[in-house]
Amino acid sequence: MPPYPFIAQVTETVNPGTLPAAWSPYLAGALIGVLSWFTFLISKQPLGASGAYAKVAGLLGSAVSPRFTRRLRFYRKNPPEINWEVMLILGVIAGSFLAAWTGGEISGRWLPPMWVEAFGTAVWPRLLIGFIGGAIMALGARIAGGCTSGHGISGTLQLSVGSWIALVCFFIGGAATAFLMFNF
Amino acid sequence: MNTVSITKPVRTLGQGLFFGLLFGFLLQKGGVAKFEVLMGVLLLKDFTVIKVILSAILVGMLGIGWLHHQGKVELKLKPTRLASNSIGGLIFGVGFALSAYCPGTGAAALGQGNFDALAVILGMLCGSYIYACFSDRIENSIGILGDKGKIRLPEVFRVPPLRFMVLMSFLIIAFLVTLEWVEGSFLP
Repeated sequence: MPPYPFIAQVTETVNPGTLPAAWSPYLAGALIGVLSWFTFLISKQPLGASGAYAKVAGLLGSAVSPRFTRRLRFYRKNPPEINWEVMLILGVIAGSFLAAWTGGEISGRWLPPMWVEAFGTAVWPRLLIGFIGGAIMALGARIAGGCTSGHGISGTLQLSVGSWIALVCFFIGGAATAFLMFNF
Repeated sequence: MNTVSITKPVRTLGQGLFFGLLFGFLLQKGGVAKFEVLMGVLLLKDFTVIKVILSAILVGMLGIGWLHHQGKVELKLKPTRLASNSIGGLIFGVGFALSAYCPGTGAAALGQGNFDALAVILGMLCGSYIYACFSDRIENSIGILGDKGKIRLPEVFRVPPLRFMVLMSFLIIAFLVTLEWVEGSFLP
């Protein structure tokens, strides 16, 4: 009997720093850099992720309350639509599935082992904290103007000043919060 | 009633999907679709994320920089807004630590079967809409503080762009070499 029936797989003990990536992170990173050449050349778009969620949120908002959504400043400037970035995120889900499948790394579980070690085997706290974290993260991304992809990779590689500031702040805010989470 | 198109041309969408497939594949193979790896960098125990990001920046910077110099691509710069970038960045970091997945790696995490990413994605949809509700107030307050426009590091440091990229490359490589040394010497 598994410790919690929600989870398909037996969770092994995994600590950060002991989990080898399938490929060298340098190789994967370098190829993401090469990929960005082609998104600039072919699609005239930088890689970015957070904007896609704002677009989909706008579409859902428009379905529920079109007049209210249309009047919001953000959606006047960024009309809700299925665009390149939304498709990019759908592609990321599928591409990651292919990579994990070819590498035998499909996890198929609701709780990461590291979470279980620190916070126990109940699923709902992880989902609740994940949801709240996701909401705060998206709010921050919209205020900052991008996320770890849009600022952290695409903006920084163009040497944008604001993107470098944002990337450093992502990690300062993240490290401070993570230390509090895992040390108290 | 007027109909508004809510999709872009099929070719644009197809390109997005294609590049997304490759991006997601590389994120997963680089190991950054995993809770332990993402939380590991925030706890300063696993530096995979830093290695992926800095390698992407190094290769991307040199390629895009050269293509831009050749007049083959246009830069797509986001405006530098000191207050927004720093305050938004810190808020993002707090959410990043709580959720452990960021917007790109969250999608990748879901793809590899980490179902907790679904909650994060749902949260991101809500957070994005909440921002939109307050976008007028936010953009009129902190959005205009320290608005410097689309500025780049070479201008700030008054160094020609190509020379700056060479310097930056050495800095990134030196940082990564140091990181490997620290990892090998001080971390279990």
